[in-house]
Amino acid sequence: MNNFILSIMSVQTWTYVIVGITFALYIGIAIWSRAGSTKDFYVAGGGVSPLANGLATAADWMSAASFLGMAGLISFGGYDGSVYLMGWTGGYVLLALLLAPYLRKFGKFTVPDFIGDRYYSNTARTVAVICALLVSFTYVAGQMRGVGLVFSRFLEVDINTGVIIGMIIVLFYAVLGGMKGITYTQVAQYCVLIFAFMVPAIFISLLMTGNPIPQIGMGGDVVGEGVSLLDKLDGLSTDLGFAKYTDGSKSMIDVFFITAALMVGTAGLPHVIVRFFTVPKVKDARKSAGFALLFIAILYTTAPAIAVFARTNLIETVSNKNYKDMPAWFSKWEETGLIIFNDKNNDGVINYLADENINELTVDADIMVLANPEIANLPNWVIALVAAGGLAAALSTAAGLLLVISSSVSHDLIKKQLKPNISDKGELIAARLSAVAAVCVAGYFGINPPDFVAATVALAFGLAAASFFPAIIMGIFYKKMNKEGAIAGMVIGILSMLFYMLKFKFDMFGGGTEADWWFGISPEGFGTVAMILNFIVSIIISSFTADPPEEVQEIVENIRIPSGVGKAIDH
Amino acid sequence: MKNRSKAYWKENLKYLLILLGIWFLVSFGAGILFKEFLDAFKLGGVKLGFWFAQQGSIYVFVILIFVYVRLMNKLDKKYGYDE
Repeated sequence: MNNFILSIMSVQTWTYVIVGITFALYIGIAIWSRAGSTKDFYVAGGGVSPLANGLATAADWMSAASFLGMAGLISFGGYDGSVYLMGWTGGYVLLALLLAPYLRKFGKFTVPDFIGDRYYSNTARTVAVICALLVSFTYVAGQMRGVGLVFSRFLEVDINTGVIIGMIIVLFYAVLGGMKGITYTQVAQYCVLIFAFMVPAIFISLLMTGNPIPQIGMGGDVVGEGVSLLDKLDGLSTDLGFAKYTDGSKSMIDVFFITAALMVGTAGLPHVIVRFFTVPKVKDARKSAGFALLFIAILYTTAPAIAVFARTNLIETVSNKNYKDMPAWFSKWEETGLIIFNDKNNDGVINYLADENINELTVDADIMVLANPEIANLPNWVIALVAAGGLAAALSTAAGLLLVISSSVSHDLIKKQLKPNISDKGELIAARLSAVAAVCVAGYFGINPPDFVAATVALAFGLAAASFFPAIIMGIFYKKMNKEGAIAGMVIGILSMLFYMLKFKFDMFGGGTEADWWFGISPEGFGTVAMILNFIVSIIISSFTADPPEEVQEIVENIRIPSGVGKAIDH
Repeated sequence: MKNRSKAYWKENLKYLLILLGIWFLVSFGAGILFKEFLDAFKLGGVKLGFWFAQQGSIYVFVILIFVYVRLMNKLDKKYGYDE
């Protein structure tokens, strides 16, 4: 192909080509890595290398929200956006140091498996299954929505058609390959999404600051202006009435609690934890957590740079400019309803201000990453690449979540509770059928998104923080923790989280506004409080009830020693 | 056997305490509690507290995990738990 053809191909053609190639790749990998047993299906046979698992974990973790949403959130929140950056990476330190090695040594298939066995109780197992399902479903609906968004904007198909195409692709490799198929597709998806994220970031960093490394460009001077980019943005923000970009507007206590809730929630998310069951040894689990965070950090340290570039570009492009002079991307996004211009004073000029009464422009934070290459006038193939990257991020996370849902049903409910003598083959069929059902439910929520999706993502982290994290930590580090304590802690943790969320997000139990938040802590940050409650309740209750049986205490002794994993997995 | 595993566990806990201390300092400390104070200084054009919150803490997290991997591999060897 010569340069002439390359330059005239439209964004849409490019998107078809790039998305088509990546989808063919995912399907090819799925066929090559079919699952033959439940062990293949649940934990990829326990034979994934730490590097491959690190890549897969990074893709699994970085969802449509990380890829498409996060830079936008930071862009509009400035310093406030730090909660996501620190929260969604710091959790991996907890995971690597406190959870992954021990859970790998324990050597079962799912998180409810650990809770059920460690607390010698099917009640505990059931509570864990309910949490796992709740967390995973709220999450997966958001991914399907992300797929729909990308399709509708770049391939100009209807959002619902986009969701259905996404469903079919995920169905194909999740049902066929299970964890094994998902793992190797995720490795490919990581490569696609990180390339797609970095290319426009490097382009824009060069354009704006003359430095190709976005992490450094972020602190650089604006090309030709001799003023630092962040100082300029602070100035632009305060001129329009917004808080200084580098200060944000959340209170310190709220930033502290939200960051903690997101960190602990990250470490407690079942679809992340389960990835560490797939490597051969305990030392591989530690190492792959390191690789995972390294690969995640590449995107997470670039996102705040993109946020700064995008915010500056946006303000300079639209603020106080004539509406009729706006570039083509502006009207395209207006058609999707994600940019809204309301000329309140009828002067034909866009007044973009912090004051709601005179502000005339609303920009949805979710479009910043997708729109950024267009705002910066990058070539068409870069724009198409971003679309393919967004799809890779959404599909890889959706697949990981669907696996947790299907294994919760086929393993934790059917095998462990309803039909203990089911054959391996029967369980594998049940796992595949539950995956099909889960995809359909997820697709339904993707097409008919409940209004509460945005609110429930915070809830997913809060729930994971309030339920799984304390139960697992005490299961490993506190030998005397018994089932009474753990169950009471999980139940109190979840209920207090639900109560606070329903009260302040859904106006139940008397409702309330920001002024009524306890100690100024938002519902997003309340997961930390609920987690502390869980710890306190568990410890008090366990000190008044019988110690766990001798053999359970031996399990705890055993998981603290890294050697001898081989015996543990062949159960 | 019992003593060996107890001693191993104790050293492990000591590492965890130190590493998690650093984890807390760079994120909750430098990025949140002391953010305002640190913002008086600049690193590569970025206010230092802001830099820790959006860049520095993440770099330190990555390093912490790899340090932990090294320490534990050595510890496993010392106690004969490597395989």
